[in-house]
Order: sequence, then structure tokens, then C-alpha cells
Amino acid sequence: MNCIKIETTDLNLYYGNYHALKAVTMDIRADAVTALIGPSGCGKSTFLKTINRMNDLIQGVRITGRVCLDGEEIYAPGVDVTTLRRRVGMVFQQPNPFPMSIYDNIAYGPRVHGEKNKNRLDEIVERSLRRAAIWEETKDRLKKPAPGLSGGQQQRLCIARALAVEPEVLLLDEPTSALDPVSSLRIEELLLQLKKSYTIVIVTHNMQQAVRISDDTAFFLAGTVVEWGRTGQFFSRPRDRKTMDYIAGRYG
Amino acid sequence: MPRKIKDAVAYMVIYLAAFYSVLLLAGIIVYVFAKGFPVFDLPFFTTVSSVVKGTVGIAGNILNTVYIVVLTLLAAVPAGVGAAVWLNEYATPGRGVRLIEFATETLAGIPSIVFGLFGMMFFGTTLGFGYSILTGSLTLSLMILPLITRNTQEALRAVPDSYRNGAIGMGAGKWHMIRTILLPSAMPGIVTGILLAVGRIVGESAALLFTAGSGYLLPEAGSGFVSKIMESGGTLTIQMYLSLARAEYDTAFGIAAVLLCIVLAFNLLIKILTRNKFFAG
Ligand SMILES: Nc1ncnc2c1ncn2[C@@H]1O[C@H](COP(=O)(O)OP(=O)(O)O)[C@@H](O)[C@H]1O
Ligand SMILES: [Mg+2]
Repeated sequence: MNCIKIETTDLNLYYGNYHALKAVTMDIRADAVTALIGPSGCGKSTFLKTINRMNDLIQGVRITGRVCLDGEEIYAPGVDVTTLRRRVGMVFQQPNPFPMSIYDNIAYGPRVHGEKNKNRLDEIVERSLRRAAIWEETKDRLKKPAPGLSGGQQQRLCIARALAVEPEVLLLDEPTSALDPVSSLRIEELLLQLKKSYTIVIVTHNMQQAVRISDDTAFFLAGTVVEWGRTGQFFSRPRDRKTMDYIAGRYG
Repeated sequence: MPRKIKDAVAYMVIYLAAFYSVLLLAGIIVYVFAKGFPVFDLPFFTTVSSVVKGTVGIAGNILNTVYIVVLTLLAAVPAGVGAAVWLNEYATPGRGVRLIEFATETLAGIPSIVFGLFGMMFFGTTLGFGYSILTGSLTLSLMILPLITRNTQEALRAVPDSYRNGAIGMGAGKWHMIRTILLPSAMPGIVTGILLAVGRIVGESAALLFTAGSGYLLPEAGSGFVSKIMESGGTLTIQMYLSLARAEYDTAFGIAAVLLCIVLAFNLLIKILTRNKFFAG
């Protein structure tokens, strides 16, 4: 039984007047994969971004309720956002390697957090690329521009880049939806490896993917969490009528 | 008239027009070079004109041009790039930003002689810099500010948001993100703006005539190179204007040929820079 890593209580988020998250209360377990599913526009990305405060960048966002990481409120005054984002890394839908070398991409985060030692950076780069299962493909071209990699490789590079700062939580927003099936499967395998040491929250459009890789699943609809729980139970015996309909493919 | 013939005529007119403009450009270049190159000799580039010594040279004007280009850029590039970064990355989009952008656009359309008038009164008289390279450079820096700002803004807009989110998502501070990701990505655009600005500085006459004046002497060795900033100094273009006014056509054509070479070189550089999209992919 894994303990709870992230806990949201009565979380509401407004984009100006638009109420995008409505009283979201749910738990995310440590060292497990939690999948967020639901039709587009239901608030999955918005919820994900509240966990490392990426919403801070957007004008006119207002948040009420609580988000706790290891029991500590992350929206409390005095919380250091830089430290929070080091602990909670993020991978986006479109692979977004920076226009610099593979090495500098991986070293970017550690450098942000003050690492300057060349030897230690070398170690971090190798370790991160190995963990993201892309070391073999990149070790001979570390100084080459990262945008030259294939889409699937770029996404694994982005995961490696996120891992380089030793986060505890990894947020992934539809990380495979821009990739071909083979590259997607490689990412899924990678996530199953990573969940042994990281708490993973993944938004996915693909219910099969949720079944394959997640331990817990949460179903979002129009800004609310309709139902969340163990993935097996969620798909075999959903409690809510709306969940049943969604699983059966009766929503978009 | 049958359609086919109409088309043929239209094509011919278009080709003629294109041919005409190419011919015109080639004609000017050939004519200026033909008249200018004979003037080229070593003293022309290494001495200043002197009635006593009987020399004709533009060394002082070349140096003045370099001074004015460098000083103008020193004043305008940090301000212009800074303004663009602020407008694009920090300011809340809205009326204020649009107003500033409108003002910048307008500034770009003001005739340069008006900048000259303002520079002469404000930098020359009010601040007391007189007719000097400093006054001229500060005046020109106002004139090229819109060029730098606009090119930098365009380059920043072309940087995908995913870079910004990626860096911020790793915990980078905004300024760190701008310094390490945005500015390097926008560099080709920024440099293009700077090169265009250099072109304008080198070719400017009206705004300089009454601010930097027309000095053409070389500074004395040593501290003369510093105090030169406070002295009058005419660029190549100014000297060419004066030579024409004095009916020294040979010298004027010589300078014209030098200016053409500079302009051609810069255009080539801009072409190379804007084509070379390093890292794209
Ligand atoms: N920056 C924003 N400003 C205003 N509304 C937004 C913004 N981002 C998302 N929304 C709205 O919030 C809702 C939830 O969006 P999102 O979280 O992206 O959904 P999902 O990821 O589930 O597709 C959508 O209706 C969307 O239009
Ligand atoms: Mg989304």
C-alpha cells in the first residue's frame, strides 16, 4: 500500500470568470501511476498544471482549496516555486527540446538549480539519459542539436531532462499523443520502469493506455472528478453511470 | 483580343519591368564603380585631405564612421532589445503595450532631419555636447531604436511557447529563461535588425550634418582617440555630401564606391544570417 504523495482538497480554479476545476478532491499515491482521463476541455491539463503551479504564469487565474505535496500546502505563502518545480517535473504533449545540444538540454535543469561542476554534470547527463532509456541512442552525439532527434527520441529526451533534477513527481500531459504507436509503447515501458522510484501522473486520451500503465485512474468531466480509484476496479466495476458511459465510448 | 495574346502581353510587361529594375541597379553599380575605382589608391584610404600636403584622403571619415556606428549601437541595442523583451515577455498585453508599439512605429516614420533638429537642440545645446560624434551617435540611436525593437520583437514572437513552458517548468526564473533560451533563439533576428541599423547609420546624412558636424581629421595618438568623441566628425556619407557641394566629383565617386561596397557586404551578411536557421528542425 503506497502512501499518499499529493492530496487535493476542494480545489477550484477559475480562468477569469470561467470555472475550470470544480471542487476537485482526490489523492495521488506515491510510486504509482495515476492516469487522468476524460473528454477534451474537461480540465485534465489544468489540474495537472496546478500540481507544479504552472498556472501561475497565466493572467487572471484564481485558485481556492488546497493542494498538498507530502502534506505541505504548495499554494501557501512563502513556498519557493523553483524548489517545487524541481520536486515536481513536467513533460508536455509536444516534445519540446530546447534548441541546443542534447547535453545542454539535460544539463539545463541542474544548471538552473546551481550545478556548475563539469564532472558532476557529465554524470547527471549520463544517468538521466540511461534512466530515460535513450543513452545508447545518444551517447555518441551528445553535442549535436537535440531538435535533430526523432519525435519519440525527443520525448524520451524531455523525460530525461525532467529527471535530471531528481524530481519526486513526474507530470506528463498526453506525452504520447504526438507519437507513432511504437514510440508510444517505448514511453509506456519507460513509465512502468520509472514508477518504481517516481510518482507519476499522466493525462491520456487513450483508455487502453490508462489500463496498461496506471495503478489509479481518475475520470474528469466538465471540471469535476466524477470518480477515481484503482484502475482495475475503475474499469471493471465503475460506480458512476457517467463513468460507465465514458468507458463504453458514449462520450466524445 | 484573344486571351492567349493578352497573357503574353501581360507577361512581357512584367518581365520588362523586372528587367528594367535589375538593369537600373546594375547600371548604378557599374557606373559608380567605374567612376570610383580610379580614385582608389593607398593614400585615399590612409590619409586625410590637406591642401598643404596636397593629399586627398578619407581616413578620418572612415574612422568617424566606425566611431558613430559603434557608439550608436552601444546606445541603441541594449535599449532596443530591452524594450522588446519587456514588451513581449513582461508587460501585460493591452492598451499600454499597443500604444507603445504604435509610438515606435510612428517614430520609425519620422524624417531623419527632424531627429537631427531634435538632437542638435537637446543633446547639442541642452546637454551641452555641441557638434560632436557623441551628439550625432545619440541622435542616431533614437532613430534606429524602432528598427532594433521591432526586429527583436518579431524574433521573440517566433520563439515557441513550448520553450518558455519547458524552462519555467524546470524551475528556471523568468530572466534566466530569457537569457538562456529566448535571446539565443532570437539571435539571428536581433542581429539582422542590428545589421539593418548599421546600414541606416552608414547611409545617414540629414540627421548627422547638424549634430556630428563634418570634422575629417584623424585624432592625435593616445588620448585623442577618447576625446575624439566630443569632437566634430563627419561620416563617409557626410564627406561625400560635402565633396559634391564643392564639386570634387572624383572624391565623391570614390566615397560612393566605398559606401556601395559596405552596403553590398552588409546585405550579403543579412542574407546569409536569415537563411542560416541553425538548429531548426
Ligand atoms: N489559459 C486559459 N484561459 C482561459 N481558459 C482556459 C485556459 N486554458 C484552458 N482553458 C479552458 O479550461 C477548460 C479546461 O481546459 P484543459 O485543462 O486544457 O482541458 P483538457 O486538458 O482536459 O483538454 C477548457 O474549457 C479550456 O477552454
Ligand atoms: Mg489537455
